[in-house]
Amino acid sequence: MSCWTRRGLLLALALGLALLVPMALSLGAAEKTRRSVGNGHGTGVTLRPDDSHGDGHGVNKTKKIFPVLTFDFAHVKIPFEISLWVLLASLMKLGFHLIPRLSSIVPESCLLIVVGLLVGGLMKLVGAAPPELQSDVFFLYLLPPIILDAGYFLPIRPFSENLGTILMFAVVGTLWNSFFIGGLLYAVCQIEGTDLKSIGLLPCFLFGSVISAVDPVAVLAVFEEIHINELLHILVFGESLLNDAVTVVLYHLFEEYSGLGMVTFLDVFLGVICFLVVSLGGVLVGAFYGLLAAFTSRFASHTRVIEPLFVFVYSYMSYLSAEVFHLSGIMALIACGAVMRPYVEANISHKSHTTTKYFLKMWSSVSETLIFIFLGVSTVAGLHSWNWTFVTVTIILCLVARVLGVMGLTFVINKFRIVKLTNKDQFIIAYGGLRGAIAFSLGYLLHPEEFPMRNMFLTTIITVVFFTVFVQGMTIRPLVDLLAVKKKQETKRSINEEIHTQFLDHLLTGIEDICGHYGHHHWKDKLNRFNKKYVKKCLIAGERSKEPQLIAFYHKMEMKQAIELVESGGGVKLPSAVPSTVSMQNIQPKKSNSERALPQISKSREEEIRKILRSNLQKTRQRLRSYNRHTLVGEPDEDGWNDLLLKRQKIMDMDKQISRMSNYLTVPAPPPESPTLSRSRLASDPQHYVPKPTLGNVPIIKVDLASPQSPEYVSVVDEFQKEAVPLKEEDEDAGGLTMKVPLGDPKKEEQEQQDGGKEQQRLMRCLSDPGPGGAEEEDEPFLP
Amino acid sequence: MGSSNSTLSKIPNLGRLIEETGFTPAHIKRLYKRFQALDKGNKGYLSPQDFGSVKELATNPIGDRIIGAFFSQGQETVDFHSFVRILAHFRPLDKNRAKRPDSPEPINSRISKLRFAFQLYDQDNDGKISRDELLQVLRTMLEMQVTEEQLESIADRTIQEADLDGDNAISFDEFRKSLEKVNIEHKMSSRFLH
Repeated sequence: MSCWTRRGLLLALALGLALLVPMALSLGAAEKTRRSVGNGHGTGVTLRPDDSHGDGHGVNKTKKIFPVLTFDFAHVKIPFEISLWVLLASLMKLGFHLIPRLSSIVPESCLLIVVGLLVGGLMKLVGAAPPELQSDVFFLYLLPPIILDAGYFLPIRPFSENLGTILMFAVVGTLWNSFFIGGLLYAVCQIEGTDLKSIGLLPCFLFGSVISAVDPVAVLAVFEEIHINELLHILVFGESLLNDAVTVVLYHLFEEYSGLGMVTFLDVFLGVICFLVVSLGGVLVGAFYGLLAAFTSRFASHTRVIEPLFVFVYSYMSYLSAEVFHLSGIMALIACGAVMRPYVEANISHKSHTTTKYFLKMWSSVSETLIFIFLGVSTVAGLHSWNWTFVTVTIILCLVARVLGVMGLTFVINKFRIVKLTNKDQFIIAYGGLRGAIAFSLGYLLHPEEFPMRNMFLTTIITVVFFTVFVQGMTIRPLVDLLAVKKKQETKRSINEEIHTQFLDHLLTGIEDICGHYGHHHWKDKLNRFNKKYVKKCLIAGERSKEPQLIAFYHKMEMKQAIELVESGGGVKLPSAVPSTVSMQNIQPKKSNSERALPQISKSREEEIRKILRSNLQKTRQRLRSYNRHTLVGEPDEDGWNDLLLKRQKIMDMDKQISRMSNYLTVPAPPPESPTLSRSRLASDPQHYVPKPTLGNVPIIKVDLASPQSPEYVSVVDEFQKEAVPLKEEDEDAGGLTMKVPLGDPKKEEQEQQDGGKEQQRLMRCLSDPGPGGAEEEDEPFLP
Repeated sequence: MGSSNSTLSKIPNLGRLIEETGFTPAHIKRLYKRFQALDKGNKGYLSPQDFGSVKELATNPIGDRIIGAFFSQGQETVDFHSFVRILAHFRPLDKNRAKRPDSPEPINSRISKLRFAFQLYDQDNDGKISRDELLQVLRTMLEMQVTEEQLESIADRTIQEADLDGDNAISFDEFRKSLEKVNIEHKMSSRFLH
């Protein structure tokens, strides 16, 4: 089946669904009218006995044939409609990516608006009233997921380094924009010839404040696709987030006083106070909930399944709480996400972390899609009053104001910045000031009685939004390429960068102390110390609270690499003679010397073997485990981190003792220890256990899994097998883990040490497929 | 302290200092004031104990290395010139400075900054960061919170990532290469010296 037929089918499905939506709506509407006509009292069952209009609800109980199949759409109407919309949104998203050329020219947001327009048009044709984007639906349900996603994954370092610049753009820039646009619009309105005389100064300012805010949803949607460098991205995006406080205050200020027509100096002063309260209050509320969430997650280790829920619910609560007091909900949400993230990530399991990440992305993606579609639908649905002058003047003023504002502010800001903003940067910042659904929703909230020109405002807002999204959104990508703006660097951080960056941080802090300057580094250092000393102890469970950031980073990196290794095909049988091994070190694009790599190989291969084996063996295990809704199949590593670290310590001490005790350890002689200890030692943390330098004659066991007998087992190549034999005795680092070899213990696979030949045979028997019986033994997770 | 002219006139070779480091006279004056504040006995030079009086340095993991960087090989004192010259490494880059082809590399260029940082790692000055030196740095940065094995594995991994010529140590070029994505101009500049 060619891809065209598949695409065609999918598009047909999408269109069919698009038709279904208006059908469903019209059906619902028809049902509603029928019922209301029928009852005379609106929908619902009435209890009045003298209901003579009732058909089928009334008193006359004549016997009807028992209905085998009924059609009752009304009681699922609302969820049904919502699901249809969400389904439509998702199918559209799918559909666009099937046509790659289209999605590379036109940003997704534009396409979605067009779809919205089409659906709205269809609905109008069918006769159903297309729904408008209700403000409370937007602010309470559609916007929070997007902001939470942005806040939770906000890159803190560039954000805090550029905070001054961002605040300048957000606060001063938005104020400038509002007043410039508002004022000049008023001046234009006063001109003869346009019939806009009726618009007072304050409504103009109100309109200016609504239209001037850069919209985070639109910015995210467009900037995500152009992969611009981190600095510009964080500047524009940060501005779009932080200008919410300014917008809220200005909006309420002007709305309050628009009717009265006058704003005194006191009001302005109170407005400034209000701004401080709104922004700081929002941040505090968010931080409070964030700390609560972090604290709760500390105790969540026994109910891993609901861990992601805490992240979502606490964040949503912070948004709603801020909205109760008309504080800035967006800033609350950002603060909540940013504050809780480091602690929650240290506490929750790997699976929960992945779940959180994917749920956030999913919700924010669906929200964004819905917002754009609804924008399109609302355009068709709304009553419009078009006024050429007003619209064109607004668009021109928006552009001019933005450019002037950015240029002026950059001039001032560059005096304080270490890395200055170039002209190219300024252009992108100015061009990236997109307006979006927030402006529309704020306009929608205006009362028609107080603002008779509300429809005109709405029309203009929609036009500006369309203009910015379509024109600016479509052209920004070629412009970015044309101007050769630096793009985002795709590579991940290496451990070198991490270490050196921390080193340089300390260095700069020291230099600043020598200069006697309490700069950025000084305060950051103080904050880190405070964090380490008090906060982390409270909010992070167990051992992880003492784990320094570098170690956490290292863990993450090794884990990622091991997973990649397994996924990239290191998992199945490999030809044994191939010299290029699957060792992690060797995956990196350089050859490693055999002598030098010897100590490293053992750790990494142990880790890799462990992962490979686990992925194979878990298949058998999982079949046997009973299904339990409340627990997840035990993922060995993340649950056991803390225990691992503790156990490792014990193991280390034990080993020291043992190596001191016995000079010569032969494999067949069982060392004096309990089986559990040996098993736990076997399962010791692979990344950090360095084989102790034991004395020379320890015969060590090499696991050569290139056994043809067991196809399930991975054969990890060990090319050092041949040369290693003479070297081993001398090489002190090659002292392997001591072990006991009770037959039949399948955990021996994990051992990885170099060896003499006949031990191999014994091991082969150990390694043979445990079968169902063997798997039952493994009641505890693979690594205790 | 008298008028600015008299302060500046106390500093010998002012012109050459400005030329070398790129500081403005106002900066030099500020730094001189700081130098005098640190110089407790009014000796005209700084000794390690004077640096020790800066108490935040005591809690800084690499505090003693930084202090050591001010004192070049074998010397016990730092005069004002060397003080300023070291601090000049942390001056923000001036992008518009014309590059004269025969002039020496400015002190605050990216390469010089990196070289300064490299020298802090490389305590024995052999031009390479050996595994032990790296371990020492890691040990001081991570203080008592990690075990030796963890440190060693991190050190091994670090060297292995950066080492291109296989000598189990990081040379200056490898150091520079591993940091090519990091914005050194930003990370190693202090606003105070702007």
